[in-house]
Amino acid sequence: MNYRRDGIVLGLATGVFGAAFGVLAATAQLSLAKAMAMSLFVFTGASQFAAVSVAAVGGSPVSALGGALLLAARNGIYGLALSDRLRRYRWPLRLVAAQLVIDETTAMAVAQHDPDDSRRAFWVTGVAVFLCWNVGTAAGVMVGTHLADPSALGLDAAFPAGFVALLAPHLRRAPGRAAAAAGGILALCGLPLLPSGAPILLAALGVLAGVGVMRRGSGSATTEMSMEPQSS
Amino acid sequence: MTWTSIIVLAAGAYLFKLAGLEGLGRLPVATRWVRVIELLPAALLAGLIVTQTVGPHDVVVDARLAGVIAGALLTATRRAPFIAVVVVSALVTAVVRAVS
Repeated sequence: MNYRRDGIVLGLATGVFGAAFGVLAATAQLSLAKAMAMSLFVFTGASQFAAVSVAAVGGSPVSALGGALLLAARNGIYGLALSDRLRRYRWPLRLVAAQLVIDETTAMAVAQHDPDDSRRAFWVTGVAVFLCWNVGTAAGVMVGTHLADPSALGLDAAFPAGFVALLAPHLRRAPGRAAAAAGGILALCGLPLLPSGAPILLAALGVLAGVGVMRRGSGSATTEMSMEPQSS
Repeated sequence: MTWTSIIVLAAGAYLFKLAGLEGLGRLPVATRWVRVIELLPAALLAGLIVTQTVGPHDVVVDARLAGVIAGALLTATRRAPFIAVVVVSALVTAVVRAVS
C-alpha cells in the first residue's frame, strides 16, 4: 500500500506551502502567535491565505472573514464524503478527525478502495499534513519577519499568484470556469466602488453564473461535479 | 487580523468540517447548497486574484500584474507546483519593479 508514502510526501509538500503562508502572514504584520493560531486551529490553507491577504490590504473583518468562511465551506462537502468511512469513530476521536477534514486527507482517503486502508490513509495524511503545515508556518514567519522590504522582493504578487495555483483545478469544468470568470469580473467592477476587501464578497456572487451553466448542462453534469478534492 | 477574527474563523471552519462529517449535508435543505458551495472557491479565488493583482483600493496596473501573469502561464503550461508559481511570480514582480 502506497498511501503511507503518498500521505507523507503530501505532508512534506504542504509544509512548503505552510512556509509560504508563514512568510506572507509575517509580511502582513501577523505575529508568530497569530499565524500559528491560524495554522493550528483554522487549518485550511486557502481560507488562511484569503483572510490574511484581505486583512493585509486593510479590508474590514467582515470582508476578510466572509471570504475565508465561504472558502472553508467546501470542507463540509469533504466531511460528507468521508462521513461513512469515519463513522466508526466515537467522541473524542471524531472531534479530532473533524479538524483533519481538508482537501489532502479527503483526496487520499477516497482514493483507497479498502475501507481500512481509507481510514489509515486519512490519518497518515492528516497527521503528516498537520505537523508539516504548522512547522512550515513557524519557519515561514521567522523568515518573513526578517525581510526588510517585502515589496522589493515582489512578495505582494505572491498572494495572488498563490491563488492562481489554487484556482487552476477549479477551471477544469465549465461551471467552474463560468464562476471564476464572473467572480473576477465582479471583483474588478467592485474595486473602484467598494471599500477595500468588500469586492471579494461581491465576487462570491459569481457562483450564480456557474450554477446557470450547470443548469443548462445535462443532468449528469451536476453529479459529475460532486466530490473532487483540490489540493488545498 | 485581530484575535477575534482568528477565533471566529477557526470556529467557523471547524463547524463546517464537523457538520459535513456528521452528515448534516444530507438533509434535504442542505443538498441544494452543495452545488453552490462547490463553485464558491472558483468565484472567490478569481476575485482574490483580481483584487490582489490590481487592487486593493482602485484599479492600479503595476509590476504585480506581470508577476501574476507569469505565474498563470506557468500554471497553465507546466502544471507547476504551488511554490514554484509563487516564487516565479515574486521574482518577475521584483525584477519588473526594479527596472521600471
